[in-house]
Amino acid sequence: MAYSDKVIDHYENPRNVGTFGKEEDDVGTGLVGAPACGDVMRLQIKVKDGRIEDAKFKTFGCGSAIASSSLATEMIKGMTLDQAAEIKNTQIVEELNLPPVKIHCSVLAEDAIKAAIEDYKKKHQR
Amino acid sequence: MSATSVKLPIFMDNHSTTRVDPRVLETMLPYFTEQYGNAASRNHVFGWTAEAAVEHARNQVAALIGGDGKEIVWTSGATESNNLALKGAASFYKKQGNHIITVETEHKSVIDTCKRLQREGYDVTFLRPQKDGIVTPQMVTDAMTDKTLVVSIMLANNEIGVVQDVDALGAAIKAKNPKTLFHIDAVQGAGKIPFDVNKSKADLVSLSAHKMYGPKGVGALWVRRKPRVRIDPLIDGGGHERGMRSGTLAVPLIVGFGKAAELAKEEMGAEAIRLGALRDRLYRGLSKLPETYVNGTMESGRRLPGNLNISFAFVEGESLLMALKDVAVSSGSACTSASLEPSYVLRALGTGDELAHSSIRFGLGRFNTEEEVDYVVDLVVRSVEKLRALSPLWEMHQDGIDINSIQWTPH
Repeated sequence: MAYSDKVIDHYENPRNVGTFGKEEDDVGTGLVGAPACGDVMRLQIKVKDGRIEDAKFKTFGCGSAIASSSLATEMIKGMTLDQAAEIKNTQIVEELNLPPVKIHCSVLAEDAIKAAIEDYKKKHQR
Repeated sequence: MSATSVKLPIFMDNHSTTRVDPRVLETMLPYFTEQYGNAASRNHVFGWTAEAAVEHARNQVAALIGGDGKEIVWTSGATESNNLALKGAASFYKKQGNHIITVETEHKSVIDTCKRLQREGYDVTFLRPQKDGIVTPQMVTDAMTDKTLVVSIMLANNEIGVVQDVDALGAAIKAKNPKTLFHIDAVQGAGKIPFDVNKSKADLVSLSAHKMYGPKGVGALWVRRKPRVRIDPLIDGGGHERGMRSGTLAVPLIVGFGKAAELAKEEMGAEAIRLGALRDRLYRGLSKLPETYVNGTMESGRRLPGNLNISFAFVEGESLLMALKDVAVSSGSACTSASLEPSYVLRALGTGDELAHSSIRFGLGRFNTEEEVDYVVDLVVRSVEKLRALSPLWEMHQDGIDINSIQWTPH
């Protein structure tokens, strides 16, 4: 299967790779997928005044999964939590030119964003 | 690294196919342009020449496996040979029984043929091998009944390279019931390791040319004559191949197959030593990486010399293949298959799905060099390290978190 140039670019130069302290108050962590399925994404957001000021990810998965999560961190930086929660997997599919068999990678990235936001909100309900 | 002397891309996927040996190609060429007769033409010199070439190739291929040229039936390849052996024997002997035994790690052309026979009313037992990939004689004889028509077991596995002790298996099968036929899919093993149809007490043996540096599109089914084994044909027509497989013979391909078998027989010993050393060099280089696991036994003599199937934990196989874009290898990862299921062979060994997703199959062959191995070791080590730095699972592992203790959500 041939990969799109954008997938290759994100795979070779992934943006925002790394880890925030999970316990920190301004961090939300989303961990989605399963090792047995061949993909696990961890996406983290750092929030200030309701806005995502920084994002980081690590992904175990195929090139399209790595690219989807790399792109997702780029997209959400600077967004409010509500804006980020609106992101749809189809935007990722379009941007990366993902073929049908790789759509689940974009779905996982959307799930990871939502899970990170939810984790942050849970921390701040207390 | 001697990277400068290596020509890219590197082909290290010799279980999928092999390059035609230039000596094979040279032998084939006149049969396209000068000696282009139909081997079934009985009344002119073009036909006679073609027929003589085909008969010579029969003897060359049979000699590789200790058989007789008259026992060779030409086919289009291994898939057809396996179909013909199993469907042909099941149909011919159906009055004597309805039971077939095979193994979960067989090639799809055996597995899916058996599943079709199952739908048609045959009773099929799929044996699960040991964790190292080996099937023991006792597993087979325990599964045999007085209705067992055929036992089908491969000589060497196409993914993990594990070599079965077909001599011991054949002896056990025949001791339990001399009438039960023994079919061996020898496609990956023949020409690579010693194999003899009589020592293994085989009745039917499948072979393919393009796995042994011959052309694609031609294979053979060896069918024992003493005592005579019968099969019903799948393809009817002009009655070629003693009625077992009609259709005009692909003379140039058959000539190439014959030459490839002859070369394999002559060079097998030296080649196995050379490939075994290259494979061990590859293995030593890659096992510098922590958390790598070989799939299938590494016991000497129980694995094809050119095979290495290895899982790099916490790295997904397809993403690794992407990093190795100038190296042709394959992965047991789901993402590389249409089905999104990881390798059924590794699953049958009880390899966890996550390690199956992380597996890479290296297939070294006649044309690989030490420089290529060194280049690949260096590239794989760097790529695995890079991808592990990206992997949340690797980070958890480093932090001492047991991946299996986490409640994952399968999707």
